[in-house]
Formats: sequence, structure tokens, C-alpha cells
Amino acid sequence: MRLALVGVSHRQAPVELRERVAVDATGAAALARELAHGCEAVVLSTCNRTELYLASEEPDDVLDARASASLLALAGDDGAALAPVVYRLGDDSAALHLFRVAAGLDSLVPGEGEILGQVRDAFEVGVTGPLLDRLFRQALHAGRRARVETAIGESPASVPAAAAALAQQVFGDLDGRPVLLVGAGKMSELTARNLRSRGGLIAAVANRTVAHGEELAARVESRAVGLEEIPALLATADVVITSTSAPGFVIDPATAAPALRSRRGRPILFVDLAVPRDVDPGLATIDGCFVYDIDDLESVVEASLAGRRVEAVRAEQIVAVEAERFREWQASLAVVPAIASLRARAEEIRSGELAKAEGRLGRLPESERRLVESVTSQIVAKILHLPTVRMKEAAAGADGVVYADVVRHLFGLGEEEQS
Amino acid sequence: MAELLVWPALIAYGEAAVAYAGSLRGTGGSARLGIWGVRVGWLAQTALLIAQALDSSGFPWGTWAGALNLFVWLVVGAYLIWGCTPRYRLLGLAVMPLAAALLVAAWAGGGTDASTRDTAGWLLAMHVGLMLAGLAGLTLSAGLAGLYLWQERRLKKRDAGLLRLRLPPLESLDRLSARTAFVSLVVLTAGIVVGLGSFASGDFDVSMAVTLAIWVLYATGLILRREMGLHGRRFAELLVLGLTLVAIVLPLTHFAS
Repeated sequence: MRLALVGVSHRQAPVELRERVAVDATGAAALARELAHGCEAVVLSTCNRTELYLASEEPDDVLDARASASLLALAGDDGAALAPVVYRLGDDSAALHLFRVAAGLDSLVPGEGEILGQVRDAFEVGVTGPLLDRLFRQALHAGRRARVETAIGESPASVPAAAAALAQQVFGDLDGRPVLLVGAGKMSELTARNLRSRGGLIAAVANRTVAHGEELAARVESRAVGLEEIPALLATADVVITSTSAPGFVIDPATAAPALRSRRGRPILFVDLAVPRDVDPGLATIDGCFVYDIDDLESVVEASLAGRRVEAVRAEQIVAVEAERFREWQASLAVVPAIASLRARAEEIRSGELAKAEGRLGRLPESERRLVESVTSQIVAKILHLPTVRMKEAAAGADGVVYADVVRHLFGLGEEEQS
Repeated sequence: MAELLVWPALIAYGEAAVAYAGSLRGTGGSARLGIWGVRVGWLAQTALLIAQALDSSGFPWGTWAGALNLFVWLVVGAYLIWGCTPRYRLLGLAVMPLAAALLVAAWAGGGTDASTRDTAGWLLAMHVGLMLAGLAGLTLSAGLAGLYLWQERRLKKRDAGLLRLRLPPLESLDRLSARTAFVSLVVLTAGIVVGLGSFASGDFDVSMAVTLAIWVLYATGLILRREMGLHGRRFAELLVLGLTLVAIVLPLTHFAS
């Protein structure tokens, strides 16, 4: 049984082509069912790739042709434009590719967290048999190992995520933490959403134009206020996100001092996403005040991505180990029928000989008959143990077919059926 | 036999200290090794203390070295409460080298011998036990305060690698160090009260005066925290200052008196 992969991804295909072959979960399930006539099929479609995995006894070229035709058919009239960027992989390469995908090593941002769930979803709606079932389970295992045993997915990969992670470094649990948004910019909204997803509570949206602030406030379930209310709000807000287009500082030590005094040492984090800056950096000299501007956050993100790239090297090693295990398992399939036949033949001989001796054994008490059964079974098992292990080892080393043929020849396996 | 138990404890504490240092550059593997070192070492030291207790007719940790042995056990035991959670594992960076060093000192002073015969009455035993437990807690709170100061410095410096090596959150460290200091102060107070039971006028010496000064320092800090909002860096510095007094002044005055 062999494995084939046909796909397009962000590495070769621009989004205009990728979107032509993208399918949702329902579409992926339908396509897998359509492809799975006489074979196993899984369709993995994410924003960065669409890949068809097929496993069948069919010859290589037939399997590839089926998968390619299905993928190009998805693109409709753009099939010709898609053809040059389609990649085709088989067996070991296809398995290694899927393991890398599951570990987030093939993603735009190494170690991104969504992909493992997407692989799981594709597996669940696919039509799997022994090969793809094993392949996808092992890919999910490899993906989990990469995340657990390395720090590839730990650090934030965007400015909003970095801002939220910094807030957690100061406050820990963000559940119910009051957040003040100053300005109603896009970046501010993205950061607010990130904080909200971690439990943060948007206490108010302060904007020069209150009506404009109300739109954002409605989206983040908050209220809009004017900029003049900022000093009072600083007394209660723990995180302040600013992104106004004001030419000068909106928050400086003079305006913030009374509110900060009333905080009685409780820390406060200012995340200044504006250029020119909204928060006077002089605030950072006050105890318990932490001020981060856009450059600081970008440095944090860059350091995080550098860390992910370092961890990716370790994740590659894990993926390689898992891919090798899969290869060994797949290779062992070649000797499984020979092993099964050998064991069946041995059992047949054992039971036949016991049947011949039935006349003499019949006189023995039941307990002794059971003992004879047990001893003969153990002898057969012990004799066959080493050949079984050696055949599996040979299969892992690519000599499995030769060994299987030799065993079949030596023990005459299959000859009786033929005769 | 009992004397031999000090070695596995010492080796495991040393291993934990090295592993925690290694965890600064690596990921979970080193930290896991560190935590296992703490667990194994603490179990070995527990066995050592049990062996010492069985071999003695009374309280076998009345000498300074014996008390140090018990103190290390209490510090590591208290650390185990937090040390086994990934969030606080870096506290081991401060605690485990200290534990290993103090255990060596206890061993050098004969505090880990099975033949320790310098026993004391139950009142004195309780006094010493409570005092050591209180001081162990204060050591731990100072360790947490040290982590707070480190984390605060990184946040103030806007260290780009802040999210690569994650320390516990600032607020958690502040809260936990204060709670640990409070509980330790209660235990220390109990130790002082029990000690008064065997106190005779004229016994008052420099080490007692320093102990009381330490008590006053911590009590004042905790009251200021509650009443005047002494949080964050200044409170952390006070806890570290307190430990400095404990670590430097108390042994000096003990040997001087």
C-alpha cells in the first residue's frame, strides 16, 4: 500500500490561487468521500494550503493522477495556472511533510497554534483506513510532541499578542482586569480583542470624538468617554492601550500622578501603539508604571520569532524521529502477511501432531492434557519469536520483502493453496 | 548508616541547583530534572532526620549545625509547595544552591551525624523547631521577593527576551511573598512565645535582640503594606533586607554570644 500527497501551499502559490482550491470542513469531507473509491482519502484545507492525502494499492502514477486531477478540478478554469505550483510527494516524503505541517514547521509563523486542530479536523472528516489512520494519528502525536517538548509555540508572534502576553507577565490572570483604550485605531481594537480573549474587561474607550469611540466601544462591549476622563480612569485601569493620532503626549506624569498615587503601589501597564507616542516615557520612572511603545513590542515579537526559529530546529528533530517510526511501521506491513502465514502454518502443524497423538494423550488426565497443549504452544512461540523479530527488523531496513520471500519459500507458505 | 544519607541529599540538591541553572537556556527537560532533584534530596534528608531522631533520646538538632540541617529541610520542604509548579520553578535558582551550601555547612559542623547527642527538652525543641520554620519561611519569601525584583527590572528595562524566559507574574510574586512572610512571622512569633517559657531574666543576649529586631522589621513591613499600601519593589526590598539580617547578623551574634 502506498501513500500519495498532492497539494498547493503558501510556499509556491499566491493567495489568488490558494483560494481557488480552498474548501471548508463540509467540502473537505465531501471531497474525501468522492476520492475514496477503493482507497483512503483525507483533504486538509487551511488558509495556507490545500492538500489531498491518498493511500491505495494502486500504482504510483494512477494514484498521483487521480489526486492531481481532483485538485485541479477544484480550481475550475484556473486549473492550468495552478498546475505549475502543485507539489506531489509519496510515501516517506509525504509522511514527513504532514508531520512538519502538524508541528507548525511548514507554517508562515513557525509553531502557530491553529494548524494542529486543523489537521485533527481533516482527519476526523476524512475516509481513513489502516495507513492514513496511522499516518494522521502519528502526525498529531508529532505535532503535540513538538509543542510540549519545545517552546516553539510559546511566545507571541504579533504585536497585539505580545501586548497581551506582557500584561500577563505583570498581572498573571487577566480575568476581569480593567483595560482602558485610548483612541479607536485598528491596532488598539486588535489588542483589545486579544486581551478580552484572555479575560480582560474593556472598562472604557476614551477618544477625542466620543461618537467615533462609541463604534469601537460597542464592538468590545464597553462605553465611550472623552479624553478628559483619562486621569480619573487611570486610578482603576490596570492596562492602558493607546493609539491616538494626537501630535503630542496624551498621558504624562503631571496628568497621571494623582491617579497613580491613589493606586497605592498597584502596577499599571501602558501599551503605546501610537506614532507619535501618546504616553510620556517619563512615566516609566514611577514605581509600578511600565511603559511599552511600538518599538519595544516589535522587539519583543522579533525576539519571540527568533526563539521560535531556534526551537524549530529541535522540533525538526522530533518530527524526523516520528517520520522514521512511521516509515518502519509502513515497511513492516510488507512482512506481516508472511509472518501471519508462518504462524498459521506452525499452529497447523502443532495441532495436527497433537491430533495424531490423541489416542495416547486421551488417556491422560485433563490437567496434563492442558499442560501438553501449553508446552507445545510455548515451543512454537519461542521458535517463531526470533524469526518474527528479525523479519520486522529487516523490513525496517528495506530488506523485508526479500526476507518474506525466503520465509515463504523455505516453509512452503502459500504453496498448498496454489497446488 | 544514617550519616550516609546526607550524601544522596546533598548530591540531589546540587543536581537540582545545576539543573535549574541549565533551565535558563533550555526548556522543560532541565527544570524537570531540577524538580526531581528537589524531591529525591528532600526525601533523602527526611530519612536522615528520621534516622537521627531514632538514634537520639531527645531533640537531636539543638546544636547550630543540627539546627542548620533542620532549617535546610524546612526551606526545601516549603519550596516543594511551589517548586513543583512550572510557574515558580525558577525560585529553585535561589533556593537550591543555598540549600546545598547550608547542608554542606551542617555536615561540616557535625549536624548530620547519627551520633548527635546534644539533646534538649521538649519546650526548647518546640522553640527551635518553630524558630527554624519561621526563618525558613522568611527565606522563601525573600527568594520570591528576589524573583520579583528581577522580573520588575526586566519589565522596566523593556527586555526584548521577556517572553522567552518567563518568570511568574509580578503581582503573583508580590502577593505570594507577602503571604509567605505573614505566615512565617506568625510561626516565628509562636517560636518566640514558646522560647519565653524557658527564658530566665539575665538570659537575654545579642542574638535574642537581633531576633526581635528581625521580628519588628517584618511586622512593620506587613503593617505598612496593609495600612499604607507598601507594595511592589519597596516591599520586596524590605523582604530581601530582612533575609540579609537573618543570614548575616543572626549567625554572627549566635557565635558571639
